[in-house]
Amino acid sequence: MRWRSALAVSFSAVILAAACAQSGTTTTSAAPAATSAAPSGPTALFKRGDGGQLNILYWQAPTILNPHQATGTKDSDASRLVIEPLASWGPDAKPVANGLAATIPTVANGGVSADFKTVTWTLKPGLKWSDGTPVTADDVVFTFQQIADPATASTTNDNTVGAKIAAKDASTVVVTYDSPNPNFYQWGVGTCCGILQKAQFAAFAGAKFKDAPGNLKPIGTGPYTVTDFKPGDVVTYAANPNFRDPNKPFFKTVQFKGGGDAESSARAVFQTGAVDYAWNLQVAANILQPMIASSTTGKMLSVYGSSVERILLNFADPNAAGDARGEPTTKHPFFNGPDGLTVRKALAMATDRSTVAKQLYGDGLTGKPGCNIITGVPDFESTATTSFCSTFDPVAAGKLLDDAGWKLGSDNVRAKGGIKLKILYQTTVNAVRQATQAIMKTNWEKAGFSVELKSVPAATFFTNTSPDGANHFWSDVEMFTNNSDPDPTSYLNGWTTAQIAQKSNNWQTGNYNRYSDPTFDGLIDQLRKETDPAKRADLIKKANDNLILNVVIIPIVTRTQVTSGISKTIKGDTPTGWDSEMYNIQDWYK
Amino acid sequence: MGRYILRRLLIAIPTIIVISFVVYAILALAPTDPLSAFGADPRVPPEVRANIRHQLGLDDPWPVRYVKWVSSLAEGDFGISFMSHSSVMDLIKQRLPNTLAVVGVAYVIGVLLAIPIGMISAVRRYSVFDHVATTFAFVGFSVPTFFTGILLIIVFAINLRWFPFIYDSTLVIDDVPSFLQQVKQSIMPITVLALFDTATIARYTRAEMLEHLPLDYVRTARSKGLKEQVVVLRHVLRNSLIPVVTLVALGVPTVFGGAIVTEQIFRVPGIGELLVTAIGNGDTPVVTAILLIFAVLVVLFNLIADVMYAVLDPRIKYA
Repeated sequence: MRWRSALAVSFSAVILAAACAQSGTTTTSAAPAATSAAPSGPTALFKRGDGGQLNILYWQAPTILNPHQATGTKDSDASRLVIEPLASWGPDAKPVANGLAATIPTVANGGVSADFKTVTWTLKPGLKWSDGTPVTADDVVFTFQQIADPATASTTNDNTVGAKIAAKDASTVVVTYDSPNPNFYQWGVGTCCGILQKAQFAAFAGAKFKDAPGNLKPIGTGPYTVTDFKPGDVVTYAANPNFRDPNKPFFKTVQFKGGGDAESSARAVFQTGAVDYAWNLQVAANILQPMIASSTTGKMLSVYGSSVERILLNFADPNAAGDARGEPTTKHPFFNGPDGLTVRKALAMATDRSTVAKQLYGDGLTGKPGCNIITGVPDFESTATTSFCSTFDPVAAGKLLDDAGWKLGSDNVRAKGGIKLKILYQTTVNAVRQATQAIMKTNWEKAGFSVELKSVPAATFFTNTSPDGANHFWSDVEMFTNNSDPDPTSYLNGWTTAQIAQKSNNWQTGNYNRYSDPTFDGLIDQLRKETDPAKRADLIKKANDNLILNVVIIPIVTRTQVTSGISKTIKGDTPTGWDSEMYNIQDWYK
Repeated sequence: MGRYILRRLLIAIPTIIVISFVVYAILALAPTDPLSAFGADPRVPPEVRANIRHQLGLDDPWPVRYVKWVSSLAEGDFGISFMSHSSVMDLIKQRLPNTLAVVGVAYVIGVLLAIPIGMISAVRRYSVFDHVATTFAFVGFSVPTFFTGILLIIVFAINLRWFPFIYDSTLVIDDVPSFLQQVKQSIMPITVLALFDTATIARYTRAEMLEHLPLDYVRTARSKGLKEQVVVLRHVLRNSLIPVVTLVALGVPTVFGGAIVTEQIFRVPGIGELLVTAIGNGDTPVVTAILLIFAVLVVLFNLIADVMYAVLDPRIKYA
């Protein structure tokens, strides 16, 4: 699971304007000039160093250039110009071989074993580090072992869990998973898996990893090399003379500047054209949209991945006494009784996602209405949920409850058998989220619920230790954003009975809902074993529909993964919602 | 005099120790967490977080950490930043030139402008010059720097396109064009800060001068037949400067501290910007180092101000 957007929700103002309703995965105004790799060789569009300086602006400054010690997107993105993984996640959520691997291993080409347990990666021939020494399988194995060693406290450690690595020969490595792993690209692809030079880091194994000088000036295989790094301020790079493609990269130098704020970053790319790329422009739509519309210098990249802002419904009783509070042994008084499905459906029907998307997410600028929890990969996108979630009707929701015997009381709250439909609704402290809560409250109360709002600082909310946290889920509904790997098996596994978060596992597992459905568990069991792509897609859609139609979760908006400004003169960037925004910087040119 | 300075320096030592303890305690008890950047990221599970915490030395209770910190400080080691894993001293060294080039220059300009302006305003009280200067001074210290900063950016960077508003700390000044480039990129933040400094100091100088001008010794000087210029510069200004010197001297440490808001707006990677980011990230070693250096400078410049009194006013003697 990748969660960077959960933190990146620091929008500072309520977004008001609405225009440019867009759909599809990529909503940039210009057609991508090149596909995953611009042609090179005699037909090359450009020669190495033809361009001058490329200016990139992030409003958070990189502080470290070792992707495995990264504390945020800023660090992994700044390191990506230098340190490359075996392959990258492309715009279609499939790996592209623009890294160290010669090809993408698949079951079809024999690179992935039929049981999904071993993956064989072959390096491109003749690969060199920027210092001119050859890249070998040893470097890959060393990198894996460093990350896997808990003593290095690597932030990318999770991708090595349940995996082992061995060098088959000087240019081949084999990744072996303990059990069949449908997400067989778990290690090797994307921001998790940048390959370090063994020679540079060998003396800094284990606990010394954090002190390695290479953290600030890594030697890499990427299109650029670090010439100067001022932590917390700026990185300057020069074209790597030993880069594998003799014509790339186009730019002689790159400056990666950090600091400031999102709004003035937007001005720099849309109004003055002082920079070529400005990251994560989470600015109120009524300010951003006119800037984009009148810009002669820049355009907006709004690219979707799998991030969904969603509401979770609690199946356990958050008000049970003592140690039983929120435990799976209890049942939520109205979400999980005999009328559970009816009440949950009524809540979903009274949920106005289009107003939220329009008013708070600029209708396609930073998000669009969402119906599915599994989204972004066309093969996995279910259509069975569309009619269900396009119904927004608080009055009909009220009638549904009425028919089931939930009668309005004098306080305008529905009740049955002494149980009132009173909801405590928690989320993080965040202007957009509080505005979303307000919209929900209005509509849910029209349907006869009584809604109390609660907001918790993000640092407290996203912990397994706090009673106010998402994991304890000691409220009736809660809201946040999460996203999935391109393969959603482990993500969906987070709603199985075995994953119920509770006291005995210190709330460390993913099923905060405490949803328990044998049908759903069965689907995931099958999904773990199934190796046929078409059947897998079918199971994934069924699992998605199970969660949506049973109203375990109410997706509200699908959020952009990339929300950046780019100069109109830059060509060759085909942004992806599944990897670093810098994943194909070797192909950028003017 | 020498003994006085020595005594003051000795007194300063316990002061600094107390300050260091208070700063450390406040930071240790504050709810910021260097690991909060990971938020709910499931890619950084609890075991990994525990390892990181252990690596940063956050396992120990804070009084133990304080003692460790002080003992390494005694050897001149300010520690390692949690965020960049690089030496705190290196970070400060990288930032200081930018702060001096912007905040320092603004301060010098501010002082150099403020004293003559304040003096002329006082001597030519209620003249056109005085009215204009007073108006500017009020604008200067009433309007917050984040407002003047953004105003300048919109007018001069976005509409007129005269100056860049993203400060380039990699600029190497080795010839006239690169020097002009430096002037262009620092003129807006310097203006913002100098406006504020000039306003404050000019008002102070003016008030002091006005207080001294009607005094007896001034009348005596005039009746001796001294030229007005000599009366104002040698007698009035010198006496009026004593409180101004305190103000100016105590302002010098704040130059080191950088200009938090202005540096942020113009993306000047100075000490102020470093401090704010470090506080936000819970990067305790950086915060404590900056605050401690700041405290030392405050103590030091207090002493310098006291010594300056004796220079300006021979009647003041320290024994």
